[in-house]
Amino acid sequence: MNAYRKYLVSALAVLSGLTLVAMTGQAPAPKSYVPTLTSPATPALLTGADGFIKRWFLLEPIGVNGLTEHEVQAMVKKEYFPDQYTVIPHDGDKETVGGSTLTWHAVDTRLYNVNLYHFAYSLGKPTSNVLFWAVTIVNSPEEMHDVRLAIGSNAASVWWVNGQEVIGIYGDIQTVIDDGVSKRMTLKKGPNVVRAAVINGGGATDFCARFLDANDKPIKGLTVTLSEPGK
Amino acid sequence: MRHNTGIDMKCALLTVFLALASTTFALDGEIGIHDPSTIVVDHGKYYVYGTGGRSLVSDDGWTWRRGVTPSRVGAAPDVIYLGDRFYMYVARGTGPQPKAEIDMIWSKTVDPNSPDYKWVDGGMVVNSNGVEDSNAIDPGVFLDPTTGRLWLVYGSYFGYIRLVELNPKTGGRLSFKVPPLNLAINCEASDMIYHDGWYYLLATHGSCCAGANSGYNIRVGRSRKVTGPFLDAEGVDMIQGGGKLLIGSGGRTIGAGHFGLLNLGDGVQKFSMHWEADLDRGGSSVLDIRPLLWKDGWPVAGENLKEGTYEIQSVRTGTALDMAVEGVPVGGWVRRFRGGPPPAGNRTEPSSGPGAGAQPGGPGGPGGPSGGFPGGMFAGTGKPIPDQDAAQIDKDWPAGNVDAGMSNYLCQAQQKWQITPVPDAGGYPGSPYFKITIAGTDRTLAATADAELVVLPAFTGAPEQLWRFDQLADGSWRIMPKAVPNSQQPLALSAVGASFATLSKFDPKSDKQRWLLKTP
Repeated sequence: MNAYRKYLVSALAVLSGLTLVAMTGQAPAPKSYVPTLTSPATPALLTGADGFIKRWFLLEPIGVNGLTEHEVQAMVKKEYFPDQYTVIPHDGDKETVGGSTLTWHAVDTRLYNVNLYHFAYSLGKPTSNVLFWAVTIVNSPEEMHDVRLAIGSNAASVWWVNGQEVIGIYGDIQTVIDDGVSKRMTLKKGPNVVRAAVINGGGATDFCARFLDANDKPIKGLTVTLSEPGK
Repeated sequence: MRHNTGIDMKCALLTVFLALASTTFALDGEIGIHDPSTIVVDHGKYYVYGTGGRSLVSDDGWTWRRGVTPSRVGAAPDVIYLGDRFYMYVARGTGPQPKAEIDMIWSKTVDPNSPDYKWVDGGMVVNSNGVEDSNAIDPGVFLDPTTGRLWLVYGSYFGYIRLVELNPKTGGRLSFKVPPLNLAINCEASDMIYHDGWYYLLATHGSCCAGANSGYNIRVGRSRKVTGPFLDAEGVDMIQGGGKLLIGSGGRTIGAGHFGLLNLGDGVQKFSMHWEADLDRGGSSVLDIRPLLWKDGWPVAGENLKEGTYEIQSVRTGTALDMAVEGVPVGGWVRRFRGGPPPAGNRTEPSSGPGAGAQPGGPGGPGGPSGGFPGGMFAGTGKPIPDQDAAQIDKDWPAGNVDAGMSNYLCQAQQKWQITPVPDAGGYPGSPYFKITIAGTDRTLAATADAELVVLPAFTGAPEQLWRFDQLADGSWRIMPKAVPNSQQPLALSAVGASFATLSKFDPKSDKQRWLLKTP
């Protein structure tokens, strides 16, 4: 294909996209991280009856090695990129890690869990001996006491809520719903930042997360967004 | 008891009971009693009555002391709390056996320190004339929870175990015109309970009152109707001598008799009884309290917890309670463990013995094709691997407080708990309080002020370090701290996640607070 034709095809593609938006009033179809992850198409997502948080920012994987508590704790205490414990990224933001440029992706999962293998594989990234950073924002309609973050992960993972480390589970483990559970905590009214580092050794890798109420029941109806209001 | 020598002689025999201090079994304190009634609770204290006017009282159901003799003294009383009254049924001989009658007395309280403590005669409820096939002794009173009707079973080896209906408003006989109904034979000390659509008639077989030569044992039959027939598990009617064994002699205790249900709520059931002879107490007859379990529709006698080293496994998750430190594989780190060992500075690797044979770079070492063992990665070391204890691996454990956690059981030291009764710390029906420590250490499981768990460096005896173990109907255990700082609510050890345990209100419908105690 010569340069002129490439330009023409690209121009037609842009034009057809604009035409589609004009005709339907909708954005183009979101990216798909086949088969379970898509780019968010709505401003917010509610946690359902099972309470699972299904919208996340995922950073492309960082190469690491080790799954024991000692290894994982050392891993997550290492600074890979600036503000790694506080950043609320935007879709497409870049981080430079060890000379490589890694991209943040906003994703929704169709399932209860976030399949990191699908995520990395669809991007042509490694799936073994890797660390994934994940971030999301859970908006609570009111201050909620005695709640717990409950997670499962394949494999090891460490979790923070509003900057405080609340869960660490280690070893070559599979995702079990409510495997790691935090101590009782308070969800602030408004945005609460949930951050995770999930480390995989080999094979499948995924995680799931939800909040439990004071009676250990999943909290439904929490609004999950990828930005804090007004930011 | 076998009543072939006369009630008076029996009472005389009972006067020789020894008042022994607690030793190592059954309950604590002064627990000498024969033919105990059902245990009743009044203003937080436990009361039980026996033959000859003996009564025992306890503040916690574990340590007992002598109580006050009620106004009517006789044989094998039974007690029930109904409405605002305690009704006591007690037998007395009215002539040569089997001529006897059962009388009722009542009081608004059984606490002798209360101004309301006053036993009132309620009259005779049933008798035997000395000729009929009945001996009107050994009453067992039963309130049917499905109908609110009140019943009395009674009788001994002379004739039948019989049933009459009582008036739940007065405790007296509902109608003397209705003749007693025969339910069982060749037993005594009967009682009745209801469970899940069945009526259970419990009665004592065998001989009594012969100390270590007593053959007393408690048996049971069941029926869909309160009036029977009561068949045992083999289909033999109790009126033909049937009865499935609930509990008989065992260990250093001989002759189990006089069942009484102690319902603690939330599905926790226990039962009281006496041993004809406790060998650790000089062969005296003593009170005991055991868990009441259920299996395949039949009651089963459980065991009070014994001191030992246990894995504490969650019924819900299958994972085991541990001290949340990084574990070391039994036998030490070798490369065959997926994920590999931690850096050398953080691992415990035996310098000799099992696990020490893998040499880096050698043919059997980590870099070699066999994965660390000459016979291949699944061949093991070729010799037994000893148990792991704390002394082998605790050098990397934090010195201070450590969180409690849960994990798949791997026979590791931080997963093995020594459960030990604590002297003079009180208890609960059937058992003393226990401390729970990492075996081989003094690191102690405790409740925190925010109703979570922590492993403290040492046991100090504080209430939040004392634990109660109640065996539940399915044989699993409910584990509760004696106290939670800043909380009045009783809480139980709860597996809220597979890797995390906490304290929360006991839910009898959930497996979260059910635990198995397994011997490592």
